[in-house]
Amino acid sequence: MASSKPIQKLTVALAGNPNSGKTTVFNGLTGARHRVANYPGVTVEKKEGSFRYREYELNVVDLPGTYSLTAYSTEELVARHFIFESHPDVVVDVLDASNIERNLYLATQLMEMQVPLVLAFNMSDVAEGRGLKFDLAQLEKLLGAQIVPMVASKRKGVDELLEAIVETATQAHTNVLTLHYGHEIEEELSKIEKLLRGQERVFPEKYPIRWVALKLLEGDAEVRDWIKEASVRQQVEASRQHLKVVLGDHADIAIAGRRYGFISGACQETIKDTVQSRHDISDLIDTVLTNRYLGLPIFTVLMFAVFYSTFKVGQYPMGWLEGFFGWLGAAIYNSWPQDTLLALRSLVVDGVIGGVGGVVIFLPNILLLFLGIAILEDTGYMARAAFVMDRIMHKIGLHGKSFIPMLIGFGCSVPAIMATRILENRRNRLATMLVIPLMSCGARIAIYALFVAAFFPPHLRGPMMLLIYFIGIVLAIVCIQILRKTILKGETVPFVMELPPYRMPTFKGLSIHMWDRGWVYLKKAGTVILMISIVLWAAISYPKPAAQRLAGLDELQQQSIALQSSVAGHIGKAIEPALKPLGFDWKIGTALIGASMAKEVFVSQLSIIYSLGDSEEGLEALQGHLQEDYTPLQGFCVMLFCLISAPCIATVAIMRRESGAWKWAAFQYFGLTALAYILTLAVYQTGRLFLG
Amino acid sequence: MEKMNIKPLDKIGAGTAVRIVTIEAGSGLKNRLAAMGLLADVQIRVVRNDGAGQIIINVKSSKVILGRGMSHKVFVVEI
Repeated sequence: MASSKPIQKLTVALAGNPNSGKTTVFNGLTGARHRVANYPGVTVEKKEGSFRYREYELNVVDLPGTYSLTAYSTEELVARHFIFESHPDVVVDVLDASNIERNLYLATQLMEMQVPLVLAFNMSDVAEGRGLKFDLAQLEKLLGAQIVPMVASKRKGVDELLEAIVETATQAHTNVLTLHYGHEIEEELSKIEKLLRGQERVFPEKYPIRWVALKLLEGDAEVRDWIKEASVRQQVEASRQHLKVVLGDHADIAIAGRRYGFISGACQETIKDTVQSRHDISDLIDTVLTNRYLGLPIFTVLMFAVFYSTFKVGQYPMGWLEGFFGWLGAAIYNSWPQDTLLALRSLVVDGVIGGVGGVVIFLPNILLLFLGIAILEDTGYMARAAFVMDRIMHKIGLHGKSFIPMLIGFGCSVPAIMATRILENRRNRLATMLVIPLMSCGARIAIYALFVAAFFPPHLRGPMMLLIYFIGIVLAIVCIQILRKTILKGETVPFVMELPPYRMPTFKGLSIHMWDRGWVYLKKAGTVILMISIVLWAAISYPKPAAQRLAGLDELQQQSIALQSSVAGHIGKAIEPALKPLGFDWKIGTALIGASMAKEVFVSQLSIIYSLGDSEEGLEALQGHLQEDYTPLQGFCVMLFCLISAPCIATVAIMRRESGAWKWAAFQYFGLTALAYILTLAVYQTGRLFLG
Repeated sequence: MEKMNIKPLDKIGAGTAVRIVTIEAGSGLKNRLAAMGLLADVQIRVVRNDGAGQIIINVKSSKVILGRGMSHKVFVVEI
């Protein structure tokens, strides 16, 4: 046996500000070998990747990008919990070297946590270009951590970072640097520390006492709740009051000021700014892209490009996939041994292959959409888009960025709901997700086209289509207003956001981003969609009608009878009394049940009920039948109901995945259906009064 | 003397350099702003202010968008 050293496992946590290039560093370290999951109990995404380096097995965990480690946001809590509870062997703080002072603020808080720290000075080429010169050796001494200059987008410094990680992890780190906050604060800190030391440990073992004392002084909500002891609480209150008087500001802000003081002290000695004026190219681009008059047209063009590529370019691969699954289904159908296990054949061909096809068919859309979004985000444009759109979106109570998923919703709700990830605020995000199905998706065009053509003269068809789209948009705005004032109440978060500098996206970064989303979709949503498809397949296929009912009928008539005797047909008939006030009969009811699989199925279900095929002539004949059976008012009501009611199962599945809870998916499903019912009822009943 | 010239940030035109005197907000918000480098005694420059909507400022070496309401709570003096 080779006498190689045993493999040693090291856990590395990657911390850093948003826009510091943390993700690029993560990708540079782990390559494509990573897993995406959620941190337990929250919907914050956790990326993790393992690989061998020398005799070590490194497990790198990407912490959420944050500016600090307070208890104010879920992301920050997640990051600090991970550091304390899983105590990684090394924490790597990724910093944007061209904006070092602000980025070091997070580093000071990591120092306070007394963890083995490595500082990755990313984008050191940009910093150099700006004329910044670092005395790294001196800075390392002042900050008590190894510093590795990097250009992660060009893979520069990755090996050096790995070396520094291993070195820091294997050293016994005894010389932890302690930040000092000045005489007044230190005095109060030591009073609290003393009290805490005298106590039994009432707070979790892994948290250092000085850190707990500091957080108490800062009024940290989480840490405060650990301490029940009255004497400690009184001391903390007294100290905070005292500091407020002597320092003239809240203790936490005073402490923040001290941290910056420490940083600027350290930087003054070690960083030389050799260039005086720095009107960089970024400023120039901004004056154009966020221009009062040009901003909106530029945004519109870029959005159109994303939308166009998602749905127009996407239709080619979608066509191939459709063809492939059609071919596969037909091949199995034809090669199936005659008259054996026909039920199984139907399950495999219609249920499984149909279901898998229905899942995979969206993949090109999702990949293209997320490629587009990744480009907009990685270049830094997304933040500008938010700025440009904010004035309009603000009026309807949403963030500027909400515009993007809502626009995507006109193509398909599934990628649109996934796209709400660009919204940081959870309430905002939920409100946007909930109304997205009101944006008429591509699948509903099939329904509108049929009904508009059947019931309205040519000159009214265009306006009718527009009216339906418009109703959806207005309802979405109204619903958002209501949601934001009721269950998703909360301040329209005082808005602060960093405008990241413009950057050239890397091919690797874009493709990783794209595949991550695609994979999440296939794995998490796909399985649910597949399961429900099979259930729905069974509902429209069983029970089979008795053989004598089919005698003497042609194949199309047989299909119609089969659908009528299925569970779906029975439900359609059973709910007829409930649908009657809306002007619907059992035929519409049965088609609606099928439409919950995918909206466009509504049309093919109707064709089957009328014993017509799916062909071109079949559709025309269907229009004739509809004209015979229904009035234009009823036709309009069907369109209205299909616009608002029950999102398709793919939407339900992705809603559950993205909101993190079935309750939101159910709320959306039943809420929209109830809304559809009430509005259609009102329109039909009022309409009847006027139209007789 | 200086007190006379204290203005909320939303009243400052583009291109003007100012120093933050005080931020009148709750602890949570103040902390968030501090984490982005915005706290008393820091020098910033207004990059965009259209008189309505969000404003863009330069703080240390980064650009930050501030909501109008937010910027009304940041009090500054011109320098």
